[in-house]
Amino acid sequence: MGSVVNGGIGVSCRQVRKHFGSGETRVEALRGVDFETRFGELSFLVGPSGCGKTTLISIIAGLLDATGGEISVLGTKMAALTPSERVLFRRKNLGFVFQQFNLLPALTAVENVAVPLIAAGTPRRRAVEQSAALLIQLGLAARINALPSTLSGGQQQRVAIARALVHEPRLVVCDEPTAALDHASGDAVMQLLAANAVRPGRTVIVVTHDTRVFHYAHSIAHMDDGRIVNVTRPSTSRTLSEFVEDATLQETYV
Amino acid sequence: MNFVALRMLTGDRAKYFGLVFAIAFCTFLLENQTSIFANIMKRTASQILDVTDAEVWVMDPQTEYWEQTKALKDTDLTIVRGVPGVQWAVRLFKGNPVARTRKGKFAAAFLVGIDDATLAGAPRKILLGSWERLREPDSIVIDQAGYILLFPDEPLELGRTLEMNDHRVTIVGISDVPAPFASLPVMHTRYSEAINFLGRERTQLSFIIARPGVGVTPEELTARIHERTNLRARTTQEFMWDCVRYYLKNTGIPVNFGITIAVAIIVGAVVAGQTFYLFTVDNLKQFGALKAIGITNLRLVGMILLQAFTAGTLGFSIGTGMAATFFEIFVHKLATRGIVLMWQCVALTGACIFVVVIVASLLSIRRVLVLEPAAVFRG
Repeated sequence: MGSVVNGGIGVSCRQVRKHFGSGETRVEALRGVDFETRFGELSFLVGPSGCGKTTLISIIAGLLDATGGEISVLGTKMAALTPSERVLFRRKNLGFVFQQFNLLPALTAVENVAVPLIAAGTPRRRAVEQSAALLIQLGLAARINALPSTLSGGQQQRVAIARALVHEPRLVVCDEPTAALDHASGDAVMQLLAANAVRPGRTVIVVTHDTRVFHYAHSIAHMDDGRIVNVTRPSTSRTLSEFVEDATLQETYV
Repeated sequence: MNFVALRMLTGDRAKYFGLVFAIAFCTFLLENQTSIFANIMKRTASQILDVTDAEVWVMDPQTEYWEQTKALKDTDLTIVRGVPGVQWAVRLFKGNPVARTRKGKFAAAFLVGIDDATLAGAPRKILLGSWERLREPDSIVIDQAGYILLFPDEPLELGRTLEMNDHRVTIVGISDVPAPFASLPVMHTRYSEAINFLGRERTQLSFIIARPGVGVTPEELTARIHERTNLRARTTQEFMWDCVRYYLKNTGIPVNFGITIAVAIIVGAVVAGQTFYLFTVDNLKQFGALKAIGITNLRLVGMILLQAFTAGTLGFSIGTGMAATFFEIFVHKLATRGIVLMWQCVALTGACIFVVVIVASLLSIRRVLVLEPAAVFRG
């Protein structure tokens, strides 16, 4: 198991391959990916549509099986887990933030946040209390009992972030968390994520196209055609403006 | 997670009410049609079940049901009485005279002639007058529905007269008997009077009714009577089912009701099943998110079954309530008197609804089980 102190390896992928279909319909989604994230960091996974980002995070999260390679998540070899062990591993260690929020429309904000706790066996009343406290911390005190349909996109994503964090997971996977939001809401969501999700002993992976939020990243892995082609650490190696102004990247992302 | 399942079920009110009421109307239709059908079939044997004194019926070997009689010889009664195990045996006459009121209103009727001496074979319920008054000459007891048919809008009272086969008969009692299959007035009189009210034939004895002695079962007695007399002998229950079977086999009633019941099952199953299935399919994204979060397949199956059984139980209860209300209203109407919601039909309908819910659940469960949780990442 890797060190859980900041800087220790949270997720490690070595030569990960994944293909779908066979024969003429075979699609190589991942062609030997090497990827790492560290505890206490926000790791961005960026790249054009169809480059394999979603496939990679699905494999890291234990939602898909890799065709080859080695994946270690929080020190656990994913290939060694049975399907049911993988479900329990996800329940205990992972939090998800989805592009389309995926909140249960029939549940209130606080009940949505409480779902991972209830699934883990926390009594409903205690789960709701704990969830309400987190929502208050995320600035949604007035909307705790609101249904998702009555919340703005930004508020829904904040509820989704609370749901991803409420059970104190050690890995948070965010899939395009700002894609369905306007610039201001997207920025607010990223601020919230950076302020609340990044913790010692936790690693956060964010898949995004949104160049406006790159400055929140501790590291950015650029994927293309099923491979990681470039990894940068903006805060240390280059400034955000330098990164965004990179003509090649501009063409890719904008 | 049960509360999550129930909130998912009730969250979309339009779909939820659509699902519950589809099951409710399917339940109502099934219970309604099966009960009416069963009650109509039971009516074919109303006059048999009315006779509670005797447990064994003896008739011509070719007789298949109540309406079809070929008179026995008077000596057959003596022979039956001589069969060991017969406690007593008496005559019973059945005929269809035309009864006419003084105002000229007339109706064909069922006339049952019961034993002169013992009045055995008379039904139990009488609303006005008494069975003992049948001992008066030219007297009859008429059922309430028949009375209302012949004397519409007039109060129930004794002493009114009818003309039957040039005989003036006096009403000395008003009974409350189950409606016959054909809604004709049901009249009871003594055997000796009945044969006069219809017109004499060479032989008149329609049935012999008998009671087994102590230690002899009706089944044993029917076997003995058949063996010794070569006549057809049936217990009350057997004779009732003979009548029901005859109508099932020889009329279009079961086909008509069968079509309606089949349509109710098919439409109910398709509408309720499809609604529930589509409900699950619409929620696949949510189930996918729950899977990703770490909810096990077993828990998800439990959630779907809980949703199905909740909707099924609620719809079945509402449908049964609707059916009970329907029968409560119509049981008091003259034409539909005695037609009640039978518990057997409720149980049968419950079983059908259970099957529909199970099938719909299994289809839905399959979709959720094969769902890849990674699908939640696809926009």
